[in-house]
Amino acid sequence: MTARVGVVTFPGTLDDRDTQRAVRLAGLEAVPLWHRDKDLKQVDAVVLPGGFSYGDYLRAGAISRFSPVMESVVEQARGGMPVLGICNGFQVLTETHLLPGAMLRNDHLHFICRDQKLRVENAGTAWTTSYEAGQEISIPLKNIDGRYVAAERVLDELEAEGRVVVRYVGGGLGGHPLQERRNPNGSLRDIAGITNAAGNVVGLMPHPEHAVEPLIGTGRTDGLGFFTSILKKLVNS
Amino acid sequence: MARVVVDVMLKPEILDPQGQAVHRALPRLGFEGISDVRQGKRFELEVEGPVDDAALARIREMAETFLANTVIEDFTVKIEDADVKAES
Repeated sequence: MTARVGVVTFPGTLDDRDTQRAVRLAGLEAVPLWHRDKDLKQVDAVVLPGGFSYGDYLRAGAISRFSPVMESVVEQARGGMPVLGICNGFQVLTETHLLPGAMLRNDHLHFICRDQKLRVENAGTAWTTSYEAGQEISIPLKNIDGRYVAAERVLDELEAEGRVVVRYVGGGLGGHPLQERRNPNGSLRDIAGITNAAGNVVGLMPHPEHAVEPLIGTGRTDGLGFFTSILKKLVNS
Repeated sequence: MARVVVDVMLKPEILDPQGQAVHRALPRLGFEGISDVRQGKRFELEVEGPVDDAALARIREMAETFLANTVIEDFTVKIEDADVKAES
């Protein structure tokens, strides 16, 4: 029996189908989960995909945090179940306090969409073992609320404990000043993704699920590693 | 029915690019003499029954867990008519 990865759909989620597809391409079984349903259908891991849950009203991710499915996700995540939050999913994870800090409007106030170069800083989390520490990858980024902030003390702690998972490096593909900026949104310390102390919960702003097939998007499959990592993790545990 | 107002503002140390964009537009529009602008959110709550200490405590809890993200935001709660101010 293959490992089962739940993919949550909130009202306003956009990337649930892409995420399910990425999960399947990595050799896992994708299990759709509905936000009003507390039952996680005995999945081994959960992905909170990108989009604009509840229209991002109030704050990005703030309303989804209180959905029935999140009660179960938070409880299981505290017990060690691997959870990956991508973009809006990352925002939901900070709102639940499974991850520290918060996500704010990009410092330039524009929606940004580009291929983003990242450096994998921590290849030891449940979602990054297919990469090597220091490896540079390129995956799409698309958001308007992508500026990661946290108190200095929290940032120092994240750095000291190796909990910065991926960092922005290099610019996008030229032309517009926004495209060429190294840091696409003003994230503190160029943070693009972080993990909790246990390494099972990871949030990241760029979208690995959009870079899993050579025929579409960037033409690269740099994002697939997040999903093959969880396969390795679940098969070995 | 009474109205309680919850004002939510980004903490002073958090960069507020929306407020800055508004601030930069002011001289262009002929409004001089404003040294800074920060943009927040105002929630007007119509409360059933009396706004006593218990009701205010519930509203403060609501503000703290939901209306504001206290990682990045401060809030104040006040009863609009009586002008009773309660600090977060």
